[in-house]
Amino acid sequence: MIPDTPKTPPPPPRRRGFDWRTAMVPGLISAGSIVVMFGALAWLVATNPNWPRIQAQFFNLDHMIAAAPKVATGFLINMQVWLIAVVAIGVWALLLAVIRSLRGPWFAPFRLMVVLYIDLFRGLPVLLLVILFGFGIPALRIPGLPNSGLFWGGFAMVLSYSAYVCEIYRSGIDAVHEGQRAAAHALGLNEWQVMIHAILPQAIRNVLPSLMNIIVALQKDVALLSVIGVRDAVREAQIYTAGTFNYSSLVVAALLFLLATIPMARLADWITRRDRERRLQVTE
Amino acid sequence: MIEIDGLTKYFGDNLVLDRVDLQVARHEVVCLIGASGSGKSTLLRCVNRLVEPDWGEIRLDGVPVSDASFGKTGLQRRIGIVFQAYNLFPHMNVLDNITLAPRKVHGQSRVEANEQAMEILALFGMERFAKAYPEQLSGGQQQRVAVVRALAGEPDVLLLDEITAALDPELVGDVMAVIRGLKDRGMTMVIVTHEMGFARDLADRVCFLDAGRIAEHAPPKDLFGAPEHPRTRQFLQRLLDGGRL
Repeated sequence: MIPDTPKTPPPPPRRRGFDWRTAMVPGLISAGSIVVMFGALAWLVATNPNWPRIQAQFFNLDHMIAAAPKVATGFLINMQVWLIAVVAIGVWALLLAVIRSLRGPWFAPFRLMVVLYIDLFRGLPVLLLVILFGFGIPALRIPGLPNSGLFWGGFAMVLSYSAYVCEIYRSGIDAVHEGQRAAAHALGLNEWQVMIHAILPQAIRNVLPSLMNIIVALQKDVALLSVIGVRDAVREAQIYTAGTFNYSSLVVAALLFLLATIPMARLADWITRRDRERRLQVTE
Repeated sequence: MIEIDGLTKYFGDNLVLDRVDLQVARHEVVCLIGASGSGKSTLLRCVNRLVEPDWGEIRLDGVPVSDASFGKTGLQRRIGIVFQAYNLFPHMNVLDNITLAPRKVHGQSRVEANEQAMEILALFGMERFAKAYPEQLSGGQQQRVAVVRALAGEPDVLLLDEITAALDPELVGDVMAVIRGLKDRGMTMVIVTHEMGFARDLADRVCFLDAGRIAEHAPPKDLFGAPEHPRTRQFLQRLLDGGRL
């Protein structure tokens, strides 16, 4: 027998009062295990008979303070090169990706050029390119061209990274649904306008997380310029090491890099997460 | 207004349209029905050149649609199209979606284009959506916006490609009301649809496509009431058995 439906809906289930056990216990367990784990590691390191020698070699506070100003000045160069390179790569790679994605037989030679470019620069080590451009081109002494290793080393990095970033952009362009292209064409937009107004804004939004990762990677790779004599953070640290036989200066440089890359990596994570949430909302 | 002569299209070796002839008069509403893969959508897309036919000719007011005199964009301005999946641009709000072509293609100023867009939105009672982004709207609302976007160039012909196929049944009515309003204003329309109610209500003429050919065309009450072609009868019987007629 089916019971009669009550006249009003039953009240919502009573919410349970604050329970310190469910609220606190997991947090306490996490904190406790972290303290035990890291404490044990620190104890192992500190009680190791070699630790004083390691400390003197890498974590000597006096040497660190002495090396800091020069290394920090060098790090400013890293940051400058990084910022300029990010902009240059962003623009150049986008141009390559757009050319690669243009349809129509007239664009065939341009598409081929981009394909060859990507094959070439993705296939060569960045280090090789930096040395080749940074030492090679200034040695030519061609009048009218900049003569600095810094410029040509940075130029090589832009060329190399652009090949990767171009492919990232292109994957974003390909991921835009074909219907968007059809709709834009049906409205009378030409090939170029379809790209600018309909495809690219969506493509860039698609690949923003991947782009952020590349930007973080580039932040560290700028240090490659030290091999051609650019006095960046790593180079300055090496110079200090050469005079003192103490490696604490390199640890200073390492700390500076971490200080810059960790916030960037967090930002990249945050953008990725926000992007994921946006997508989930859309499919709802 | 639209004359289609001997239209033939292959996808690879697959014959999708087979010597199709069709005339659509001004102010006429023609519905194309038929099983999936019978070539309805391809026929529609040939009219505004999203698909290039292999043989045959389509003329708009006597001028071939491939004629250079239309220029790059003239044809698209005179023929609007609405797709099954709406295909609104997700990164633009409703107003920008509607005014994109007027601003970038037809050379209107933003103010002018906005005014015109708001007028059309108001016509269908949709002014409040102007600032919304597509993902904030329901499917039916998005599809109505897509119709307004297609109307923004003041086209002479509207092509509708299964515009209610992706919608929940209770949302179909709103979109149909918009299309009925357009019919009352004398818009010439070619409609591909699986919704027989749509065809019965709106069409001046219904064409049944089978394997790339127009097997039969007649006013809806004749075609649904007394189909002549055996394939039409078979198709309608199947819909009837499936409870969709």
